[in-house]
Amino acid sequence: MKIKSLVLGTAAAFSVASMAIADRGSDGHVNIIYWQAPSILNPYLSGGTKDVESSSMIIEPLARYNQDGELTPWLVNEIPTVANGGVSADLMSITWKLTPGIKWSDGSALTAHDVVFTGQYCMDPAGGCAQSNKLADVSNIEALDDLTVKVSFSVTKPFPYGPFVGAEQPIIQKAQFADCMGAKAPECTAENFGPIGTGPFVVTDFKANDVISMEANPHYRDASKPAFASVTFKGGGDAAAAARSVLETGEFDYAWNLQIDPTILSQMAEGGKGEVISSFGTAVERLMVNLSNPDPALGDKRSTLEGGPHPFLTDAAVRRALSVAIDRNLLAEVGYGAAGKATCNVVPGPAMYVSTANDECLVQDIAKANNILEAAGWKRGSDGVREKDGVRLSILYQTSTNAVRQDTQALVKQWWSEIGVETELKNISASVFFGGDQSSPDTYQKHFSDIEMYTNLFSGTDPEAYMGSWVCSEMPMPSNNWMGNNMPRYCNPAYDAMAAELATTAAIEDRARIVMAMNDMLMQEGAMIPLIHRGRVSAHSNKLGGVVQNTWDSELWNVADWYRN
Amino acid sequence: MTEELTTKRTSQWKDVWLQFKTHRGAVIGMIVFSIICFLVAFGPWFWTLDPNYIDIRAKNQGPSFLHPMGTDQLGRDTFSNLLAGGRVSLLVGVTAMALSVLFGTLIGVISGFFKRLDGPLMRLTDLFLALPLLPLLLVMIMLFRDTLRGLFGPETGIFILIVSAIGLTSWMPIARIVRGDVLAVKEREFVLAARSLGTHNTQMITRHILPNVMSPIMVSATLSVAAAIITESALSFLGLGFPSDFPTWGRLLYDSTNFMKLSPERVIYPGLAISLTVLSVNYIGDGLRDALDPRIRGR
Repeated sequence: MKIKSLVLGTAAAFSVASMAIADRGSDGHVNIIYWQAPSILNPYLSGGTKDVESSSMIIEPLARYNQDGELTPWLVNEIPTVANGGVSADLMSITWKLTPGIKWSDGSALTAHDVVFTGQYCMDPAGGCAQSNKLADVSNIEALDDLTVKVSFSVTKPFPYGPFVGAEQPIIQKAQFADCMGAKAPECTAENFGPIGTGPFVVTDFKANDVISMEANPHYRDASKPAFASVTFKGGGDAAAAARSVLETGEFDYAWNLQIDPTILSQMAEGGKGEVISSFGTAVERLMVNLSNPDPALGDKRSTLEGGPHPFLTDAAVRRALSVAIDRNLLAEVGYGAAGKATCNVVPGPAMYVSTANDECLVQDIAKANNILEAAGWKRGSDGVREKDGVRLSILYQTSTNAVRQDTQALVKQWWSEIGVETELKNISASVFFGGDQSSPDTYQKHFSDIEMYTNLFSGTDPEAYMGSWVCSEMPMPSNNWMGNNMPRYCNPAYDAMAAELATTAAIEDRARIVMAMNDMLMQEGAMIPLIHRGRVSAHSNKLGGVVQNTWDSELWNVADWYRN
Repeated sequence: MTEELTTKRTSQWKDVWLQFKTHRGAVIGMIVFSIICFLVAFGPWFWTLDPNYIDIRAKNQGPSFLHPMGTDQLGRDTFSNLLAGGRVSLLVGVTAMALSVLFGTLIGVISGFFKRLDGPLMRLTDLFLALPLLPLLLVMIMLFRDTLRGLFGPETGIFILIVSAIGLTSWMPIARIVRGDVLAVKEREFVLAARSLGTHNTQMITRHILPNVMSPIMVSATLSVAAAIITESALSFLGLGFPSDFPTWGRLLYDSTNFMKLSPERVIYPGLAISLTVLSVNYIGDGLRDALDPRIRGR
């Protein structure tokens, strides 16, 4: 018996091994669908997830995050740390050593000069680089020799893994992009649509906002990879159609970001043609409270600091009652299924950053919410809506147009009506809501509503930049063209001080402590009401193997390892 | 002899009704439309479930005694949603029709009757006809939604906006038809006779011209009810228009498309309601046209 299982085990091991050493291009063709179509293959000119992820099959960073959120060497042999001397003791510089022998898809060698050029390309102020925040505080990038590059910072950087790490910071080829610096960057269509890269695939044809054709990179560093000879990367449609094309019709092998009703998704998955995969990162669906006054009568001062505080959302009791009245577990079950968990924190991971101080809201308690409001002096009027000093608890609640979000809105509205809060729902097309158009009154930055709902997250595992979103200076307002991430218009000097402290703190335990304190401050002072810790949901065909879902980096991070079952 | 006299005494409207009755499609259309109007108007008094009440334990149910058309993904009753949605859709259809008939007739009569205004008014009509309807509606909704919402509250504000948007963009065909008829009627002998008796323009229009162009106006009116219901559905289908918890037939259809495979009846009910209403109204219009035309009547 033992021998038999041993033999079987060996046989299995061999078959796995034989799969792994299959020849490059031996598995034919693979079809990928992203229902938001890529418009460019240069992530330095677009912050869109679809563009970053599609380009990650072609161009690669020095290091990236694996499925567990750990830094993984990619074009280098090891991650520089203080211990191995790669990061200087004063935390002012980091030195990367490239793996020798890596070639671009045109056959030339990858050198440190390409890395230096990539940094200069993104830091050129005329270029409008979308990823320049990753290069914050970089004072100098220099090539010490052909394979060594040193990045120096103007301040101490306890976390120096911003530049050239992750899918947003891939290395581009100096020879190709040399004439595309600064203001000329967006004009280099041929380069932006067909970058030469070190990744497993090469672009053969790019139709913006439609389809990308790729074939295996003949100079890829692993001679046996990728297993696929060619790729069709299709964009467009909607989430439900994308899911259907993988799970029901089998036209495609991989579909991305399937935010659709879990009942529909599981019904599609029952077809047996594919598998739904999800994994949890840092995405949180949250309600952003407006602490400024969105009254249209204020005109230009609407939803700004000058317009004055919000008539009732500045009352902590109201915000707490609103939060306690929500059944997050039900919201997760109805809208997200296995891809959602109730959360009371805006930082839901990695585990060491997660606070437990706000878990009151995990359990819905309508009676308690009513008591909180009653105690705070909000009395029910004749129509059942609570009011105090002539101020009615009437909320305009906006979000983007998506069936799951509208269901969430309907449920929340019902619960709030049970505690005497009147809610008006509004939904705005996602391209307008997230579009950032200065002239539109409906963008999420303008926040011309009392409460708005959307998801945000941070890539990688370090929340420093993310926590910096809610300092006073990040408030969107007319003077900064409504740019900024502080949608609640939250402004507390104590919070700003902690953000500054976090930036210069090195010890990981201290960083975790500060992040938790910042998270708790945001929750307890009611800048936002977190609802769901959302997973990334994608689907792949049963005929596609090797897929490892990754929420910390591009989902296509290991596309070189994909194979045909 | 007596019989002949009574026949002569029958009123014009009785003749219209007699002719209308012979158009089988129109009669069926009227019965169906009456039933729909009755259900939608009085249904919520008998079927008292709140269309917005969420009973999550009863989600995605098939037809049962408690929910004759089943429930949606949040456990809201489909039948009461259909009734509530019908109220809005029909009200939008009728009000928008009234508005577009008013504009169309006014502009049509003026441009047909007063030669000097004909050119400018007809160019204005051409201009409106050339405008792409849906994008224009989207812009209007974006520009005026907040103002109207502030003035009349969220639901009435959007109602006014949608009705006036549809009304203001659908009067052109009516104006053209009416103008053509007015031009023809204007040259008839009885108008000349009235003119020679010293009839003023206002009286001429109200007494002699308008009654003679009633038939195309009535027909266009019925047809534009149908068009307005479809436009509202299109707006709701695009996720614009009314708030998401405010049911209309178009929105019900839109919300159900994702569940088409899971529970196809959820798409069929609102789709059927829209189709039946539009079809029956169109048949009524068809019958009215035959009945109101004295040359066809009596054959």
